[in-house]
Amino acid sequence: MASTRQFLDSIKPHFVEGGRLQKLYPIYEMVDTFIYTPGDVTHGTVHVRDIIDLKRTMTYVVVATVFCVLMACYNTGYQANLAMSEAGLGSVENWRRIIMDSLGYSTLNPLSNFIHGLLYFLPVYIVTLAVGGIWEVLFAVVRKHDVNEGFLVTSMLYALILPPTIPLWQVALGISFGVVIGKEVFGGTGKNFLNPALTGRAFLYFAYPAYMSGDSVWVAMDGYSGATPLGVAAAGGMDAVNQGFSWFQSFLGFIPGSMGETSTLACLIGAAFLMLTKVGSYRIIFGVFLGMFFTSTLFNVIGSDTNPMFGMPWHWHLVLGGFAFGMTYMATDPVSASQTNPGRWIYGFLIGVMTVLIRVVNPAYPEGIMLAILFVNIFAQLIDYAVIQVNIRRRAKRYV
Amino acid sequence: MSAVSDNEVKGLIDEIKDNQEELKQVVREPLVDNNPITLQVLGICSALAVTSQLTTTLTMCIALTSVTAFSSASISLIRNHIPSSIRIIVQMTIIASLVIVVDQILKAFAYEIAKSLSVFVGLIITNCIVMGRAEAYAMKNPPIMSFFDGLGNGLGYSLILIIVAVIRELLGSGSLLGYTILPTVQNGGWYVPNGLLLLPPSAFFIIGLLIWCFRTWKPEQVEQPDFKIMPAHSAEGGH
Repeated sequence: MASTRQFLDSIKPHFVEGGRLQKLYPIYEMVDTFIYTPGDVTHGTVHVRDIIDLKRTMTYVVVATVFCVLMACYNTGYQANLAMSEAGLGSVENWRRIIMDSLGYSTLNPLSNFIHGLLYFLPVYIVTLAVGGIWEVLFAVVRKHDVNEGFLVTSMLYALILPPTIPLWQVALGISFGVVIGKEVFGGTGKNFLNPALTGRAFLYFAYPAYMSGDSVWVAMDGYSGATPLGVAAAGGMDAVNQGFSWFQSFLGFIPGSMGETSTLACLIGAAFLMLTKVGSYRIIFGVFLGMFFTSTLFNVIGSDTNPMFGMPWHWHLVLGGFAFGMTYMATDPVSASQTNPGRWIYGFLIGVMTVLIRVVNPAYPEGIMLAILFVNIFAQLIDYAVIQVNIRRRAKRYV
Repeated sequence: MSAVSDNEVKGLIDEIKDNQEELKQVVREPLVDNNPITLQVLGICSALAVTSQLTTTLTMCIALTSVTAFSSASISLIRNHIPSSIRIIVQMTIIASLVIVVDQILKAFAYEIAKSLSVFVGLIITNCIVMGRAEAYAMKNPPIMSFFDGLGNGLGYSLILIIVAVIRELLGSGSLLGYTILPTVQNGGWYVPNGLLLLPPSAFFIIGLLIWCFRTWKPEQVEQPDFKIMPAHSAEGGH
């Protein structure tokens, strides 16, 4: 390690002011602070010492996704192997056979499941990191700000919410849109009012609906058609879901869906980790849950003869689609969420309400959490403003 | 307006001769330096609505440019007779009459396009650019100058709309003016059309990016920031 430090120190003069590679300083800074604790100290007399800096906040979110990543690989492979055994196929028709043929395609072989899924997840993640990273560095160099760890979170979350069959060029296009339009045009990390990962996904969702929704994208096998449980529910109601999927199976995540979002259990472990470390706000997470609970129960009570989604109880809303993932990782994004404590409750609650509203009432979109979070992101600052104004008025009254 | 006397015609010709430089200026300025869409951010709603295809866009551009030019000229002709308290109503009447004429011509000679433009021809009446030029320029300037000012602003609007429409139609449906440029997968080609560009909000993104390009090219168009953020680590911070 000492030699790495020495090497970094020895090349530093080229990157600081006056050096030949002065313009590339953000890249040097990125590598240096990624490996070592930054040497900067606070100037002036007033400062707060806290170990929770941006770097740690962001890294903790990545750590919290670890079970989701594992489940993303396992379940993607499991679903693919399952579909292949149903179709009676002995081998895949693409480059993955080089590795997969030696492992076999049995769903009973955990290693085969995991590696098969990994071979779908890894290319998506690598493309995301490479393309998004290029944009990050480009903006950092031109705008002379530091490359920060926020992108590690964005890229990880973005890769997890894509369907396994997504073409890689679309992955690249989506993350470009998310990073540039969702974040950098507003000034970079900390100034974006939308969640960049969801912005990228929303772009793909509207630009290439055939690759992002429907029945044929959720299982990594050519020509296989299988709806997500939410899609099934939108078409046939709870009876249809119960025929194909059990609640516990959905809770564990062995259902078709976007790669990382199927397992509610993995998301809840992540949520617990985020809340314990106080990186994610428990107010937002519980707010989202309460909003969903309230609205879905309301719809249960109202009932409907024509729309079967009215009958879906809250514990099913929790385990299907991306609800748990969005609640844990997307809604708690500290930049695009509300900043005041009462505001966080309202913000979370609104996301829960909107999610169920879109899922149940809007026939065009079976899933609603992505649009709900983006929608409420826009209101986050307004909610903060209202909370602050109410507080000011309340306190002003005491001194009349 | 039929009763234009010889003297007045002579006056108009003199006006052109005297102000050639200024004429060039009023036509050229709205193209980039004072573009009605990218700098003044007017006329956005039709820019979103009609730009999914180049054909409709071109029709809309011609319609709006002619309405702006002729309404500015007509309003300028009678500008000294309009009582200021009812000037908006008078301007609206003139603009509305011209829009009706344009609408009727379109329905007579280009029915299909008129149908796909639907209400947006009628909505030229409420287009901020037309009203804006009438109120800001034609009410204070002679008719010929006003005509060219309206023309220039119409062209500035058209320039942006055409750029947006080319991007949207080419990448959204793989064609231009209805001719296939990029064969799409649905028709056995290789290009996967971008569905977002067929939706009106995509024009927001494109116009936003265009404004970004324009302001990088002409930094004087950048607005002053509302407030400045103090640097967290100032070099001269109290040591």
